[in-house]
Amino acid sequence: MPGSTRTKRVVTEVPSVVDKRFNAITMGAGISVLVLLLLVGAFLFIQSSNAISETGVLRFLTRTEWRTDVQPPAIGVMGLLTGTVLVAFVAVLFAVPLSVFCALAITEYSTARRRKWLIGVVDLLAAVPSLLFGLWGFLFLSDKMIPISTWLTQNLGFIPIFSTEQNASLTGSIFIAGVVVALMVLPIITSVTREVFSQTPPGEKEAALALGGTRWGMIRAVVLPYGRGGIIGGSMLGLGRALGETIAVALLLPQVPQQIGESIHILQNGGATVSGFIANRAGADAFTTSGLMAAGLVLFIITLATNMIASVVVSKSRSGAGVDL
Amino acid sequence: MTAIAERANPMSQNSTLVTERPAIGRATIIGGPPPGAATLEARGACAWFGDRLVLEGVDLVMPAGQVTALIGPSGCGKSTFLRLLNRMHELIPGAALDGEIFLDGTDIYATGTRAQQVRMRIGMVFQKPNPFPAMSIRENVLAGLKLARLKCDEKDDLVEQSLLRAGLWKEVRDRLDSAGGALSGGQQQRLCIARSLAVQPNVLLMDEPCSALDPTSTRRVEETIDELRGEVTVVIVTHNMQQANRVSDTCAFFLAAENQPGVVVEQGPTRKMFENPDDPRTLDYVEGRFG
Repeated sequence: MPGSTRTKRVVTEVPSVVDKRFNAITMGAGISVLVLLLLVGAFLFIQSSNAISETGVLRFLTRTEWRTDVQPPAIGVMGLLTGTVLVAFVAVLFAVPLSVFCALAITEYSTARRRKWLIGVVDLLAAVPSLLFGLWGFLFLSDKMIPISTWLTQNLGFIPIFSTEQNASLTGSIFIAGVVVALMVLPIITSVTREVFSQTPPGEKEAALALGGTRWGMIRAVVLPYGRGGIIGGSMLGLGRALGETIAVALLLPQVPQQIGESIHILQNGGATVSGFIANRAGADAFTTSGLMAAGLVLFIITLATNMIASVVVSKSRSGAGVDL
Repeated sequence: MTAIAERANPMSQNSTLVTERPAIGRATIIGGPPPGAATLEARGACAWFGDRLVLEGVDLVMPAGQVTALIGPSGCGKSTFLRLLNRMHELIPGAALDGEIFLDGTDIYATGTRAQQVRMRIGMVFQKPNPFPAMSIRENVLAGLKLARLKCDEKDDLVEQSLLRAGLWKEVRDRLDSAGGALSGGQQQRLCIARSLAVQPNVLLMDEPCSALDPTSTRRVEETIDELRGEVTVVIVTHNMQQANRVSDTCAFFLAAENQPGVVVEQGPTRKMFENPDDPRTLDYVEGRFG
């Protein structure tokens, strides 16, 4: 009997005209971002088709050299990609520990006043134009880094990547470019990790302190495990930025594609990155331009993937639920 | 280990279970607190948040091995007083204090005394169960050792003893490696008690430990408190009059008039406080006429 006489009603709210309009505007803005992204991808794809069809997708992806002076031209993105990834990894390697400590200094070791001040300083670092970082690295830091590079190659030279050739110049190296890029990605990693650390449940922090823990002990037992997802996600976001960094790297590196055949020397002059190479060669003949577009497309896909993985990692972690990237 | 039983203070009328139970062993912790319960004494304790005086002139003795209940309506400074007792108060920005807190005769606020040392000897259980969710049950119990950098060669024994004391051993003995956060609320709270006990503190402070728990879990925690009598000094903040009556030996009644700091109106043996208190306000409060 019950059920047969019942009629099920689903009540839906009829949105007002204002809500309808506002909804349309916000949705439009959201969708336009997506469309723009697709347009950029499509543009790169169409522009690069000439060079790719002539070279072949696989050859383009695997070839290290980039020569347009021979007939037919032999171009490939592998050499550029190697340099790009190496610079980005050096950058992240330096930036992550620095950022994590910086974020801890802000969230755990500062009074309210110093916290504001420190956040401001780190944000200011993000506001410095990348060209200035490049100039500073090129004119100032490069020379100052030579002793460090020398020490590294003397003591860790048995690892192939740290070895250098006889009489090689130690300026304009992937290592130095990586250090400069580290400073540029520091603000973004710091800001993501800081955001995550600040959401650590106060109850757990108090529990750790009430057990007789020091502040550092509390950080290790509670804050760092809680913020792990944020650290990983923030690092990958930084990696995404570092992969695309252009001006500083274009200034610092000679932009000669890394030869895979010979071994890679990150401490000596040499190397190129996709973005830096594109900046240096922009405005060349039609075929080169098309090739650069293809290299750009590869970089576009890689950075997009890195950023997407980063946001997934952060949102899946316990701490990152409320963090916007 | 008979030392614990011998050390036990004269039992109050409330404790019936503790003498019948086999004594739980005591693993050796190197560098940990001295063994046994300790007396806490507050003299002229005052507390400020910024410019606001929230607690004034509290003189209170919390005898070794006994359970002291702090009762009174919300906002009268009970929790603040509790947090003064193990130096958690100073973690709040703008917090200040006056007066002295003696732990077995030594002022815990004396210059040169480190808060970590104090907190290791005076454990704390919070209102909301706060186990470390990323750690297993076992790791949770041993977290204090790691945090306070103590050494123990009998970790398995320590885990078992601490969980036994907290009344959780039987329920979790087969899943010590599963996550502490997966337990029920009441179990989590007992895990937090076990975690505090694992450092073998002389005093255990409890800040409304049952207010987030169901009646059954509440009873289990009360049984645990009862069993701790004699081994550890317990100071418990509670809004539940029946609970204060059931578990405590001595009682202190806090009260704050409007826009005035909290003070202790009356203190004494629990039975007297509930049956014939000196102050009419105490009688009104324990009989539920206000607060």
